[in-house]
Amino acid sequence: MQKDVKRLSLILLFTPFALWILLLIIIPHMGMVVLSLREKVAPRVYEYGLGNYIDFINEPIYWNTLLRTGSMSLLVTVLALLIGFPIAYYIAKIAGNRTRGALFLLCLVPLWVSDLIRAFGWILLLRETGVISSVLQWSGLVHEPIEFLYNDVTVIIGLVYTVILFMIVPLVSTLDGMDNAMIEAGYNLGGSGPTVLRRIIIPYAMPGIVSGCIVVFMLTAGSYLTPILLGGKNSSWFTEQIYDQFITRFNWESGAAFGFLLLVFTSFVVWLGLKITGQTLANTVARS
Amino acid sequence: MTTSPAYDLECINVSKNFGPVRAVDDVSFTIPSGSFFSILGPSGCGKTTLMRMIAGFEDPASGDIRIKGKSVIDKAPNKRNVKMVFQHLALFPMMNVYENIAYGLKCNGASKAEIEARVRDVLDRIALPDVAEREIHQLSGGQKQRIAIARCMVLDPDVLLLDEPLGALDLKLREAMKIELKLLQHQFNTTFVYITHDQSEALVMSDHVAIMNQGKFEQIGTPQELYHAPNTSFVAGFVGDSNRWSGRMTVINGDTATVETDAGLTLLCSPAGSIRPEAGQSVEIFVRPEFIHAHRQGTSPAEDAPEAVNQLEGKVDSLLFNGANSRVLVRSSSGQLIEADVTLTGGTDDLRPGEAVRLVWSPQQTMCFRT
Repeated sequence: MQKDVKRLSLILLFTPFALWILLLIIIPHMGMVVLSLREKVAPRVYEYGLGNYIDFINEPIYWNTLLRTGSMSLLVTVLALLIGFPIAYYIAKIAGNRTRGALFLLCLVPLWVSDLIRAFGWILLLRETGVISSVLQWSGLVHEPIEFLYNDVTVIIGLVYTVILFMIVPLVSTLDGMDNAMIEAGYNLGGSGPTVLRRIIIPYAMPGIVSGCIVVFMLTAGSYLTPILLGGKNSSWFTEQIYDQFITRFNWESGAAFGFLLLVFTSFVVWLGLKITGQTLANTVARS
Repeated sequence: MTTSPAYDLECINVSKNFGPVRAVDDVSFTIPSGSFFSILGPSGCGKTTLMRMIAGFEDPASGDIRIKGKSVIDKAPNKRNVKMVFQHLALFPMMNVYENIAYGLKCNGASKAEIEARVRDVLDRIALPDVAEREIHQLSGGQKQRIAIARCMVLDPDVLLLDEPLGALDLKLREAMKIELKLLQHQFNTTFVYITHDQSEALVMSDHVAIMNQGKFEQIGTPQELYHAPNTSFVAGFVGDSNRWSGRMTVINGDTATVETDAGLTLLCSPAGSIRPEAGQSVEIFVRPEFIHAHRQGTSPAEDAPEAVNQLEGKVDSLLFNGANSRVLVRSSSGQLIEADVTLTGGTDDLRPGEAVRLVWSPQQTMCFRT
């Protein structure tokens, strides 16, 4: 009797999750793989083959865009880590108990506003007639309007800003679990500040660092709105290519192939990152 | 240099405030080389703050701390040759045992061969030669304890600080570790400063114990001195068990005084403490349970004893059986419960609850302090 109740509650709890995975993740991806393997040979005539993938390899602009998206996403991840780590360390280890909550809340506040509005905020600041350009002119530092938008630096700044929270949250939670005595022991046994950081704090925080990096990299590589709005046509983000194939050129087959390639590529980068840092996915998820 | 290098650690008028709270108040003490020194006090008495100041994690508001005769006030924690065993040990979970012990040596820039030799040596000395490659979570509580000590001792510290490291262990292991710590201290011949709120840990292991209360040292002495000749009523009450009465001193005659307790008893006692009480003052009386003898009424040989003794009649309320440390709780005619040590053999002679008894103890064992 008891066992049946347990089983029933397990099934009830598990069903929404299973449906979500099946209907929204597995079926669309299988559909996409099938779609990407179709080639249009004549109107309404299709053949199965690797043509879409061969097209991708033969056209440098496609894989250059993918590599560019990947490398810029890595740069964004590194920057988010470099900026996020001190913030997370301050929140978890230096701030007092009450300030900690307030600071954490402050980090979360920007999430209450949609991506679109935040990107628009950057546009207001950075465009030719925007706040920064106007202030510079008014102060006499420059004599004509400056366009800050539509370049790589702006795209990277915007992306770091959008994703940094997803770096800070796992870092705060791992660092929070670290006993202060461990840092003190690091000093007590003769370690200098940099030694304690390198030998004790960073190794301890590694699961949080890795899980933050995975989330940030995935979000960045798959982001669409920020690169398009802040980078314009110059951004050449891979998601934009996918969008073009699906919507502009109405070439769903090629779009599906690109989408699948993006998934494979980002998964490969994450796998490589895990291998290099010697972490496992399970360990990373469990500890942060 | 005017200070004698015979002291490994000297604290001179050290004070520390946290806001309006005076956590450590004008504490001075010296610890001779190679001794086991304990600081014993209730939680919140400032002992951890004092230790953190010695280690360099807190700066004293005033006073000086000297190690081997040299002031370390201006030295950063990582430059002081004082190592610390933390309350929860703070072993590094991402390193194995070998790396944990080697960490400090690496920080000092020792060569690889030297590190290897010294880590093996210290593991031999703590009798755990085979655990070098183990991960920290694979060790038992007692092994972790020893690794934490080895991690400090491998650096040859002038002073080793231990912050209640036995607190997390279960009772049996704690008893074993007490003896082990004492042996390790002998073996390394380093000065140990041990902080605890557990009096039996302090009394069993230490050469000298300081009793700390509300930021001040009440008394420093050997365990025997603290137990048998406490300076203040706090020490008398904190170290060991005692029966207590409060009252007013009526007559004082040399080494013996007469006290009228609040419950109306008249007791003979010996004035004690650094400031002796005088007639007319209110006092507190402490008597250790082992000095009180309980006799079944009618059989007591003390009834016609020639010397002046304290006597009290009462009824056995309950027996607290604890092997050799068994006690009897006696309810006196005034209603107070008094503890006395008894020997319970399990035979028919044993006291039983409800029996009328006479409690007898000598005035010399009755300490009386000014309040």
